[in-house]
Amino acid sequence: MSKTLFDKVWDAHVVHKIEGGPDVLFIDRHLIHEVTSPVAFLGLRNRNIRVLYPERTFATADHNTPTINQHLPVEDPLSANQLKALEENTKEYGIRHWGLGHYKNGIVHVIGPENGITQPGATIVCGDSHTSTHGAFGAIAFGIGTSEVEMVLSTQCIMQPKPKKMRITINGTLGTGVLPKDVALFIISKLTTSGATGYFVEYAGTVFEQMSMEGRMTVCNLSIEMGARGGMIAPDQTTFDYIQGREYSPKGADWDKAMEYWKTLKTDAGATFDKELTFDGSEIEPMITYGTNPGMGIGITKDIPDADAVEGGKTTYEKSLGYMGFHEGEAMVGKKIDYVFLGSCTNGRIEDFRAFASLVKGKHKADDVTVWLVPGSHVVEKQIKEEGILDILTEAGFTLRQPGCSACLAMNDDKIPAGKYAVSTSNRNFEGRQGPGARTLLASPLVAAAAAVTGKVTDPRTLLQ
Amino acid sequence: MAYESFNILTSTAVPLPIENVDTDQIIPARFLKATERVGFGDNLFRDWRYHPDNSPKTDFVLNDSTYTGKILVGGKNFGSGSSREHAAWAIYDYGFRCVISSFFADIFRGNCLNIGVLPVQVSAEFLEKTFAAIYANPDTTLEVNLPEQTVTLLATGEKESFEINSYKKSNMMNGFDDIDYLLNIKANIQEFSKTLPL
Ligand code: SF4
Repeated sequence: MSKTLFDKVWDAHVVHKIEGGPDVLFIDRHLIHEVTSPVAFLGLRNRNIRVLYPERTFATADHNTPTINQHLPVEDPLSANQLKALEENTKEYGIRHWGLGHYKNGIVHVIGPENGITQPGATIVCGDSHTSTHGAFGAIAFGIGTSEVEMVLSTQCIMQPKPKKMRITINGTLGTGVLPKDVALFIISKLTTSGATGYFVEYAGTVFEQMSMEGRMTVCNLSIEMGARGGMIAPDQTTFDYIQGREYSPKGADWDKAMEYWKTLKTDAGATFDKELTFDGSEIEPMITYGTNPGMGIGITKDIPDADAVEGGKTTYEKSLGYMGFHEGEAMVGKKIDYVFLGSCTNGRIEDFRAFASLVKGKHKADDVTVWLVPGSHVVEKQIKEEGILDILTEAGFTLRQPGCSACLAMNDDKIPAGKYAVSTSNRNFEGRQGPGARTLLASPLVAAAAAVTGKVTDPRTLLQ
Repeated sequence: MAYESFNILTSTAVPLPIENVDTDQIIPARFLKATERVGFGDNLFRDWRYHPDNSPKTDFVLNDSTYTGKILVGGKNFGSGSSREHAAWAIYDYGFRCVISSFFADIFRGNCLNIGVLPVQVSAEFLEKTFAAIYANPDTTLEVNLPEQTVTLLATGEKESFEINSYKKSNMMNGFDDIDYLLNIKANIQEFSKTLPL
C-alpha cells in the first residue's frame, strides 16, 4: 500500500494501539532544557522511578541563559536555580548535559542537528513547541508538555492520537531577497494560526528541494505557528551531506545501513493526504508581520489590511492593532524601528548570519537602533568568526552576543522595552512575547538587516547590490 | 491518582470572548522559572490582569467579581503557541477545571487532559449562546457532564455534546495519567525497542 513519509515514520514507532484512544509512540531522541524539565524530574522522584534510556536524552541550557558574560555566575536567582536543577538532575540520572559555557551548548533545536542527533526517520520530542524544526531531516518531531517529558524519561514513550496529514507543495523559483523565512510567513499568512491544527504537514516541491538544510529547518520550525503538530521534508542528498561526519551520525557500515533505510523515506506515488495545498513560489515577497500573531503577515510592500479582509473577529483584530499602535490601510515600509533581533532557533544559524552580513557589508548601523545579534550555538558563533562574518559586522558597527534563546522569549535580560518596535527573526509576535509591552515585527534576516542599517522597515531588495 | 478526578461539574462560568488566546498570555515566559509546580494561578493572564506596577486592571474579567466559577469560556483557537504545560497548570491552579471554546490548539488541549483540566469543544453557535447567557445573567449555571459528554446551559436546558476519546475520558474520570498506563506496559516497550529500524 502506498504510504506517506509521515505514515512510514509514525507506523514504525507504534508500540501499541489503544482502541478508541491514542497510539503509544516510541521516541528515539529526547531533548531537554532547564525550563520545562524540572517538574518532570520531580515527578520521577515522587514516583521513585529511574530514567529508562538515559542515552536517548540530551540536555542543554538555553531558555533563560544570559547572552553576555556567560563566564560569570548567572545573576537572576530563579534562572540560576533552574540551571542548577538541570545540572543536578542530569547528573543524578546519567544524562548528557551541555550546560552554559560548554562548547556544544546552544539552543536546543540548533545543537540537535549540529551534532548529528537529528536523523531521518527518527521520532524526536522536546518540551518546546519549535521542536518541529527537526522535521527538516525527515524526522517526526514535535513539542510536548512537561507531563510528557516525564513520560519519555520514564518509559521512552508518549501517547498521541495520530494526526491527520497535509501536504503543502510550492513549485517555482523564489525571487531575489526572498528567504525561507518569507516562505514560512507566507504560508502562515494564508493558513492563519489555526489552519493546520490537527495536521502533520509535509512540505514538497522544487522550492523546498532547492533549499539548504538551514532553510528547511526555518520552514519546519514555523509549522507550529499555523497550528500544525509538526512539519517534515523528505530526506535527500542535501540532507545526507549535512549529516555525514557529525558526532552522533552513524559511521562506517552503520552509515551504509542507515542510508539504505533513509532512501526509502519518501511519500510513495499514489499515497493520499487529508488535505493538499499548492502555492507558487514566484509570488512570494519578503514578508513582515503587523499584528500580534504570526498569521498577521503581509508582503513588505503591502498595506495593513482592513479588518473585513482578515479572518477572525473584528474585536480581536482591533485589540491587536491597538497593541501594535498601527492602523488599517497604513504602509509597513518606513515605520520607525527601535530594536533588531537576529537569532533564535528560527533564524540563528550560520546562513542567517551570512544573509545579514551580505546586506550590511559596507554600510553602517543606524544610530538610533539597538541591535542584538545572537548566534544559535557556540558552533555557529565559532563559524561566524572563522568565516570573517564577525569582521564585516564589526566594521558596520555591530557587536555579537553569546548563544541562547535570548529575545525570542525574553526570559533573560534581553527584553524589548514596553512600546518599542522590534524587527525580529524569531517566531512569535504575541503580546509581550519579547518583553511586557514589546511590539514585534517578524521578518527574515535580510529584512532585519535592512532595518538595522536604516532604522526603519525597509524592503531589503532596494539595498541589495 | 495523579489529579482530582472529573465527573459532573456544575458551575457558573467566566467569559473571555477573545480569539487566539495564546499561552504567552495565559502565563508569560518570565513566570516559568519555578522548579516546582506551585503558585502558577497567581500569574494566570498576568499582563491582562495587572498593570506593570502590579495594580489590578479593573476592566479584565478575572478582576471583576461579577464573574466567578470553575469554568472558563474562551474564544476560538484557545491555547495556541508555546507547548508550556505551565499554561494548563495556571488554569488548574487558579481553580478552573474546565475550558470551553469552539476550537483548541493541539498541544494545549493535550496538556490540559494530562493534568486534569477538561477542554470542551463546542460549536461556534453554542459558544455564542454560552457567552450571551453569561452576560445576560452572570449567575447562570452550566453543567459539564463527562460521562454523558454533554454541556448544558441549565437555565434554558440548551445542550450540546462534545468529543473525547474513550481512553482519555476514563483517565479523567479516574484521575489517572498516561504515565500510570505506560509504566504498566514497560516490558512491551523494552521488547519493542529491539525491533526499531535503526
Ligand atoms: S529560540 Fe525561542 S522557540 Fe527556539 S527553543 Fe528558544 S525559546 Fe523556544
